[in-house]
Amino acid sequence: MMAAIPALGQQPVDDGTGALLLHRSGHERRRMLVNRVATITATLAATAVILALGIIILFVVVNGLPYVDEQFLTMDTENYNQGGALAAILGSLQMVPLATLIAAPIAILGGVYLAESRPGRMSGAVRMATETLAGLPSVVVGIFVFTILVAPTGKYTALAGSVALAVIMIPIVARSTEEIIRLVPASVREAALALGIPVWKTMLRVVVRTAMAGILAALMLAVARAAGETAPLILTTTGNQQVNVGNFLGSMDSLPTFIWLASGQPDDLLNGQAWAASLVLMVFVLITNIIVRGRTAGRRRAH
Amino acid sequence: MSAMELTDAKDVTLPSATTTAVAQAAADAATAVSGRTGALSVRNVEASYSGVAAVRVTNLDMAPRKITAIIGPSGCGKTTLIRTLNRMHEVTPGARVTGRVELDGHDLYGTNVDRVRVRRLIGMVFQRPNPFPTMSIFENVAAGVRLGGIKKTEPLADTVERSLRHAALWDEVKDRLKKRATSLSGGQQQRLCIARALAVDPRVLLMDEPCSALDPIATARIEDLMSRLKDDVTIVIVTHNMQQASRVSDSTAFFLMSDDGAGYLVEAGPTQQIFSAPRERLTEDYVSGRFG
Repeated sequence: MMAAIPALGQQPVDDGTGALLLHRSGHERRRMLVNRVATITATLAATAVILALGIIILFVVVNGLPYVDEQFLTMDTENYNQGGALAAILGSLQMVPLATLIAAPIAILGGVYLAESRPGRMSGAVRMATETLAGLPSVVVGIFVFTILVAPTGKYTALAGSVALAVIMIPIVARSTEEIIRLVPASVREAALALGIPVWKTMLRVVVRTAMAGILAALMLAVARAAGETAPLILTTTGNQQVNVGNFLGSMDSLPTFIWLASGQPDDLLNGQAWAASLVLMVFVLITNIIVRGRTAGRRRAH
Repeated sequence: MSAMELTDAKDVTLPSATTTAVAQAAADAATAVSGRTGALSVRNVEASYSGVAAVRVTNLDMAPRKITAIIGPSGCGKTTLIRTLNRMHEVTPGARVTGRVELDGHDLYGTNVDRVRVRRLIGMVFQRPNPFPTMSIFENVAAGVRLGGIKKTEPLADTVERSLRHAALWDEVKDRLKKRATSLSGGQQQRLCIARALAVDPRVLLMDEPCSALDPIATARIEDLMSRLKDDVTIVIVTHNMQQASRVSDSTAFFLMSDDGAGYLVEAGPTQQIFSAPRERLTEDYVSGRFG
């Protein structure tokens, strides 16, 4: 076996006549062919990803844009076929931020715990819980929140909707926070401890601050995910098609549930408005992503 | 210094902060307030990682407001030893320290001693400059006071300016205090780290190979700075560079690794004597460059 591997400098480099073996042989030609095939396959696969996104955007814009009009943006859905999506837009704009407010502190502190605690029974349990929670179908989260918040009171509430969305956001943010905090160099932590800064302040005011750009990015990804969730909201807050601003103990409409309801009606206007709502939802998500990218890129440049 | 300073009391007040406006006026001299000597002594210390001893020291004294250099080949426990002096060693999981380290007669490892307080009195500068990356220059220097909850009578801006002047960095950064600390050069970042450590008025400044990541010019500035700082603080410097030790330090301690892998003190004494007429043969071989 050992003899089969030529020692360094022992590979044949000339053909015996003294001419160096630099020209392509059959082996090299085959290698170049494989190389080219692999490159082309990978490029095609990458193009497919962009194509999928492009087609979705195209469909949503073409079908939705004509319906984004004054009626769509300014009226609620009260009268069948004569309304707009204002209630849904405002509902999403309230429930998602509230969900973020509920989820952010729990998820960030949970992530800090996961990153900082030494391996043990408790941290193992927490990690397993977040992973399971992250893999939970959102409809199950909806049923859970329905059972604990809606069924006892007998009322659909925006609060229940926000709680359901928060439950979906927490594992996403907690796991990302853990990873990002682990990336903060140990030297930053040591510098703070050596200054006589207590451990908890070192964590929250120095380490988390250093990781903040990444944590915000994770939070915004979770916001985008929550903004599009349908099932948990159907189970916790649908039913109100009037504009509801500020009353979280009443029900609210939301963009995903609007899309779900309007797309299922045998009505051209409502079908079109479902596309329009999809467009609005997509723009929301896009704007959040752009804001986050702008912020994090700015931070990275400053480093 | 009273024993209370190391133990956990509600209000954190450092000696110079309790002094009145009279001492404030002579801010640069404030650290010379009586009782602030900053003498360190190590007695029967053994520092270990997961049960494996890394360094043992029976007896080592570091004179107040002098520069003590710790030299020796790689792996002889220099860094481990310096980290036991402000209780940073135990930050590493599995790391333990036995024995006594005394600051002006008070055991830093005594019962009821708060390590956070120990670190306020004994600052540290690391091998690589490690400013807080997301903080501005000003915030970096202010961090110890702000986040340590230290109450000072002087405005924070004054503390920051005084510390930056002390670290010979003020003139270079006074117009851009709001800029990121990471926008500074490596040498400036290291002086910023020194200013950050000085801002909490430590008695001792530990420097773990502070110039190893710097170019010769930046190194010269740090060495120059050290000789001025020793009027106010005791300095303990770990260095690989024997020329540096002989240039800057008043006394030198030479370490080697013993057969069981733990570092031990071979010889300590005035720097001049260690470099010109060491008592031990091993020391002579090392300082003359015969090994290591």
